[in-house]
Amino acid sequence: MKRPSLFTPLDPENFGSEAGDEKRVYQKQNKNPVLKGGDLTGFTIEEAGHALRSGAVNVRDLVSDCLSVIHERDRDIHAFLDVYEDALREAEEKDAILRDAPETSPLFGIPIALKDNILVEGKRATAGSKILENYTAGFDATVVRKLKEAGAIIIGKTNLDEFAMGSSTENSAFGPTKNPCDESRVPGGSSGGSAAAVATGMALGALGSDTGGSIRQPASFCGVVGMKPTYGRVSRHGLIAMASSLDQIGPFAKTVRDAEIMFSAIAGGDEFDATSVHHSYEEAEKSFALRGLRIGVPKEYFREGLDPAIASRIGELLKLLEKEGVVAKEISLPHSSYALPAYYIVVPSEVSANLARFDGIRYGVPDREEENLFEMYSKTRARGFGPEVKRRIILGTYALSAGYYDAYYVKAQKVRREIASDFESAFRDVDIVIGPTTPTPAFRFGEKTGDPVSMYLADIYTVAVNLAGLPGISLPVGTVPAEGGKKLPFGMQMISPWFDEKTLFGAARGIERILASSPS
Amino acid sequence: MISKETVEHISQLARIDLTDDEKKRFGKELAAILEFVEALNEVDTSSTVPMSGGTRMSNIMRKDHEGSGILEGKADELRRAARASKKSYIEVPNVFES
Repeated sequence: MKRPSLFTPLDPENFGSEAGDEKRVYQKQNKNPVLKGGDLTGFTIEEAGHALRSGAVNVRDLVSDCLSVIHERDRDIHAFLDVYEDALREAEEKDAILRDAPETSPLFGIPIALKDNILVEGKRATAGSKILENYTAGFDATVVRKLKEAGAIIIGKTNLDEFAMGSSTENSAFGPTKNPCDESRVPGGSSGGSAAAVATGMALGALGSDTGGSIRQPASFCGVVGMKPTYGRVSRHGLIAMASSLDQIGPFAKTVRDAEIMFSAIAGGDEFDATSVHHSYEEAEKSFALRGLRIGVPKEYFREGLDPAIASRIGELLKLLEKEGVVAKEISLPHSSYALPAYYIVVPSEVSANLARFDGIRYGVPDREEENLFEMYSKTRARGFGPEVKRRIILGTYALSAGYYDAYYVKAQKVRREIASDFESAFRDVDIVIGPTTPTPAFRFGEKTGDPVSMYLADIYTVAVNLAGLPGISLPVGTVPAEGGKKLPFGMQMISPWFDEKTLFGAARGIERILASSPS
Repeated sequence: MISKETVEHISQLARIDLTDDEKKRFGKELAAILEFVEALNEVDTSSTVPMSGGTRMSNIMRKDHEGSGILEGKADELRRAARASKKSYIEVPNVFES
């Protein structure tokens, strides 16, 4: 692949730099009229947008560079289930539009990847399951329609745990995705493909879905930003449902600002999702003032099971933040330890209902015709679903069955209320809650597949946010060394009150700025 | 350990045919998960109203008017996902056996 010397790739250590910063690569190259492709994939969405609109680069080169990285690396990484080569033709059309008229959308011409449980009209949507191997979506998800309206280019569909059930992508029927930072390790999940795609530059941004941490946890494992919006902020129409009272679509990006750009584009009420909320989103100020920001640090998040390197890095950051005038204080979320148990009742229960539609009639490949209806259902589902999906359907069916409904489902929904109330009380005193995203950095393939409960523990800090319906973001804040000189990234989670994404993004940008001046 | 009979009953309700191996494995794994969620009983919820969804809003009303028509004309596409269709219907095997 050509690598013209004209363009110096961005230093990944500095990817958090501000757009107005002198570091902007294309600005340095401004004397050259047009940057040729080569490696434009280090661009942030913000940088690429400026470069495209100023004519310094063109959409075709940008898309072609992303496709080149996919061709070079995805045989090993396996972030994508489908790659849309027709994105190049679309890129040429976008270039023609840019030549004719100025475009103002920050996503115009930006290559974006989508988790394969999000529908794109006329394209396959497998949800990582054999049962949908040959399913072609008949309409665009609302988020896809909005991205297309904003001028984004969908470059392909990314790998996931089957029906988004898992924390490692090892449950994908089409084979796992590898962590680009260390290929012997998982990228996290369930949106592991989207996280890996953004980490490698295969796309400049990606969408995932987050039911219990499925955006934030892989973002932490792959060293990128991942954000889960408030429940109801983003339409779920066209997202293949897992647990409807928890699922939210959200962005992966290299920087907080990029995540905010994508979030802004997809947020908003939708006639096709009755739980979506018609609140408009007003973007955070570029220079959000950290001074006076009240940060709560839950003591329950720093107990046994947390990697000491992660704990000490977050402690170090809090000290830096205090120097900036942040007021950090210890808080308590007393029901924290009950979040995972509640989650593993609520989720399987909703899963067992949502996945009833995959019956070989409306969706899925049916078994032999001569069998009766019952057998057709049960054999189609037996062949089409993988072990974790079956496990959750069986557990959910059990929890909802006569005699157990009150003991399990209603009890879990009551505890869920207590968990939400914990946050409600905390947010009376603080603006943001901060803690680790995951207890450890990325684990090895096979390490947790034999024991479902140990796999579930990877989401210990993220599930409460979904149960309460809150917005959260994972910000890459450090690395721990691994064998062979490799570095495993980890994230810090920030949580804000319901519908206060403005403070969440503002504070995250402020912290990102401090991180850029204080490498770990 | 959850009995094989219980797992069989649940798998019938869920319409998933399980192999003997799966029945044994799920019996064991479900017991482990149920033991894990047992902790919920430590929480006093005697005066707690259960949550019923992801949002704290209720009774969302909308005007009774025609929608945007974004999905207009997509019915054929939706039918194409089904295994078989006749005219504008999805075809299903006999529900009642003769």
